[in-house]
Amino acid sequence: MTPFAYDRAPSLAAAVASRARHRSDGVWDAGADFFAGGTDLVQLMRESLRNPDRVVDITALPGLDQIEDRGSSVRLGALVRMSDAASHTLVRDHYPVVTEALLASASAQVRNLATLGGNLLQRTRCGYFRDPGSPCNKREPGSGCPAIQGQNRFHAIFGGSEHCIATYAGDLANALAALDATVTIAGPQGERAILVTELHRPPGATPAVETQLAPGELITAIDVPADRRGWRSHYLKIRDRASFEWSIASAAVALDLDGGVVRDVRIAVGGVATTPWRLPQVEAALRGRRLTPELARGATALAAEGAVPHGRNLYKVELIRRTVARALEEIGGLA
Amino acid sequence: MSAIGAPLSRVDGPDKVTGRARYAAEFHPDGLVYAATADSTIPAGEITAIDTRRAERAPGVLLVLTHLNADRLPYEAPEERPAVDPVAGDQLRVLNGPQVKFSGQPIAVVVAGTQAQAEYGASLIRVTYAPDPAPRTRFDPALAEPASEAAAKKNRGPETRKGDAEAALARAPVQIDAIYRNGREQHHPMELNATVAQWRGDRLTLWSKSQWVQNERDEIARRFGIPPDRVHVINPYVGGAFGSVLRTWPHVTLAAMAARRLDRPVCLELTRRQMATYVGARGMAEQHVQLGAERDGRLTAMVHEVVGQTSTYEEFAEPALGPAGATYTCPDRLTRYKLVHMNVNTPCPMRGPGWATGLIAQEIAMDELATRIGLDPIELRLRNYAERDPMKDLPWTSKHLRECYAQGAERFGWGRREPKPRTMRDGRDLVGYGMATAIYPAERYPTSASATLFADDHAEVRCATTDMGPGTYTSITQVAADALGLPMTRVRFELGDSSFPKAKEHGGSTTISSVGPAVQAACAALKAKLAVLAAAHGMEAGDGVPLLRLAGLDSLSADGTAEPDETNRKKYAMNGFGAVFAEVRVDPDLCTVRVRRLIGAYDIGRVVNPKLAHSQAIGGMVGGIGMALFEEVEWDDSLGRVTNGTIAEYLVPVNADVHELDAVFVEARDDILNPLGTKGGAELGLCGVAPAIANAVWHASGKRVRDLPITPDRLLMA
Repeated sequence: MTPFAYDRAPSLAAAVASRARHRSDGVWDAGADFFAGGTDLVQLMRESLRNPDRVVDITALPGLDQIEDRGSSVRLGALVRMSDAASHTLVRDHYPVVTEALLASASAQVRNLATLGGNLLQRTRCGYFRDPGSPCNKREPGSGCPAIQGQNRFHAIFGGSEHCIATYAGDLANALAALDATVTIAGPQGERAILVTELHRPPGATPAVETQLAPGELITAIDVPADRRGWRSHYLKIRDRASFEWSIASAAVALDLDGGVVRDVRIAVGGVATTPWRLPQVEAALRGRRLTPELARGATALAAEGAVPHGRNLYKVELIRRTVARALEEIGGLA
Repeated sequence: MSAIGAPLSRVDGPDKVTGRARYAAEFHPDGLVYAATADSTIPAGEITAIDTRRAERAPGVLLVLTHLNADRLPYEAPEERPAVDPVAGDQLRVLNGPQVKFSGQPIAVVVAGTQAQAEYGASLIRVTYAPDPAPRTRFDPALAEPASEAAAKKNRGPETRKGDAEAALARAPVQIDAIYRNGREQHHPMELNATVAQWRGDRLTLWSKSQWVQNERDEIARRFGIPPDRVHVINPYVGGAFGSVLRTWPHVTLAAMAARRLDRPVCLELTRRQMATYVGARGMAEQHVQLGAERDGRLTAMVHEVVGQTSTYEEFAEPALGPAGATYTCPDRLTRYKLVHMNVNTPCPMRGPGWATGLIAQEIAMDELATRIGLDPIELRLRNYAERDPMKDLPWTSKHLRECYAQGAERFGWGRREPKPRTMRDGRDLVGYGMATAIYPAERYPTSASATLFADDHAEVRCATTDMGPGTYTSITQVAADALGLPMTRVRFELGDSSFPKAKEHGGSTTISSVGPAVQAACAALKAKLAVLAAAHGMEAGDGVPLLRLAGLDSLSADGTAEPDETNRKKYAMNGFGAVFAEVRVDPDLCTVRVRRLIGAYDIGRVVNPKLAHSQAIGGMVGGIGMALFEEVEWDDSLGRVTNGTIAEYLVPVNADVHELDAVFVEARDDILNPLGTKGGAELGLCGVAPAIANAVWHASGKRVRDLPITPDRLLMA
């Protein structure tokens, strides 16, 4: 681990003024990093994958650890612990997809420590990215991507580029994407709100740049629209072992059913794409139609449209269809 | 009442759960400093430049050793190659030159005042390489070479024949012909390998994680060219090992070398990622099995060929073809063993070494044969039941495998199995039942022990064995209490110290059968001394304590040695046996497999402590779940590197993967093998579990997956 200084930010203004960065802006050495739960950053630092010369601890920032009903939305503070969010009545009762995604993440111990904002920004689990002795364009731009020809069973079939096919590893972001949730970002230019689906950037030619957060910008809150409270929602996560493991395919579904007819629907998938990934073509094929097992299967046949497999991840093309179909069946009472 | 046979809890349990038990890295002599290493990032070639200047200037750094300034150690040849070493080749001589033989090879060690400073220093080392343009990084069975004569001497040779298997196969009315593969597996015990080394003058003390402290003493003495009596290895507790510390790996040398150079004690503890390259692994394997049989299932020909993996500098040959020669009766038999020499660190034994690997292919192939001829898998095995060891043509010292099949099937409810696959369901899930035979050698070694009675009312028994988790502390205390006629609470067993009476490796399921009889002998010798003393004082020996006090003695000691009767080897075959039953649920669409039940019935001879034996058996089952469904070192063919070097990415079963597990031990006592009547059960616990699960997956899904682990992608694409 590289020696670093530790600061505790007393206020949001001080945190922003620190010009600290989230861990995914493509700048690797020196500089300051924001630090909250630390469940990912400490791993990265201990293996010298990330070497900040200063960490800015934001866990003492006031007001960011609350969950509140704001009328038009339920607001989740960025410093709320994953375990607290999962069990909160406003989340559990109205947005089961969020609770399910959180409880399917990591372990109880990690969820007790990790924050929602940090979870949205967790780094990929690509084995090459995580191995300091391997080339990786995300970690060392220009060094190459061995995954494209190599061990890519866990890698993305959507959103990749010739430079990177690392999968976005999180679950919460997929659930939020299916709810059209927004994140509020504080920064040197003030506050702005963007959709969760706009937060992450596909790798393109600059896989080291993973989000659109600028230095000094930090996520302060997540807002889930109140008009989704009447929707059914569900998160289904497929993985090798039964717990404490990232997904090989997952589906977040939010469904507005009107007497068995799909009035509206949102589907986001995880474990198969470089960013949280919506499936608008499947949503369109479902909208306005009576939800039946046949419709679920027919619509999800479109789920892998545009998929680019790379060898060992070929199975994901079929698995993601089946995962979305199963999630729809379970939520639609068809299972 | 005898303590033997009592289901007692671990005597070392309270120390372990309260943190009083000290593991290697927890010994902190005064002045201790910490080491970290830098590792190669290419699989083959030479270091042309190594820049250590930044590391040397880093805060707290006391020493940087590379091949340019490290001691050239003598590495004296052993009189006899230790049993835990590979059959041929030369061990890695760490920091002995610029050659790189695998990616992850230690190429520098940095010592500093704190662990963090040492790691930071190591991260600053910059290396320039001249890479070998054609590294051997691919496991290509076409490049495999037959195992050597050295391997043949240990029954791991290139070929064994009985009769004419090819001709018998060609004639057979039923034939099975399939290729099976298993991934490289890493031990990943909880405790990371660690060594604390301290020199006092020309004497070296090593607090070092080891399954064989006296071999580590001798090995380090040879490497440094010093007499073995100047090396003292201490290791009272081992946090799991599974074979990974049978050998003395290069990091032990590095710790001792750095400590000598600095004249300060040095702690070198591996990182989790280094556990994938500093110690061996169960190598990947490709196995080709051909079975010929009559229509009634009687085997007429068995051909089993294994291609294993070894390094470029050592030949690690393991008994993967052991089961092929010992499990079933069959007139014509052929086995072949080949190895692909690769730029990898040398593999090493891992629980159920060789046998567990061979059983994967053999027991899935037997399931395929049962399916082909429409016979129940147990019935097929009974029709080929070996009354005598088929290759040696010798009777077994004891064999109760029939009872294992019967009692395991009964306990499992095998009779409820519908023969046809994809017929049993639970809701949407497909349910499958599968079974396999387990077999592993029952060995014992010459071993010594001492027993001492103290006038303060307690007895101490000592032996240089170790306890990596099976419960040796407890079971041997039971043996000693029984032999001395004292309650358990008054007997203390000490181990893990190279100065104690002689013991061989804590591995191969040999400990209870080797150390147990030695302790019995030492206790008998002590009782004989007490009897003499009693006669001299004209009183009864009793439990000895009043006698000692009367005689004015603080203590009385005796030594004992127990050796196997080597003539037995010519008269008998020696194995432990078992039958393993698995129930799985398979999601027919999502292709996830969950193991709902595992039940094993075992013939391990006499059971000294049923609670410990049960724990060991179900622990083996958990390992088997990993082998069947999760565990595989991801290996990049081009880089020659492990790409899942941590336990975040290398998956072992978690609690949610482990459901009902049970083990029964059939009534058995092996009076020929050793006076205690035991056969050992540790290795056996892993054997047969993975193929039983694989067979259950077939029964559930109708898909025969011959590549382990059976991950969802493999099942979906099958």
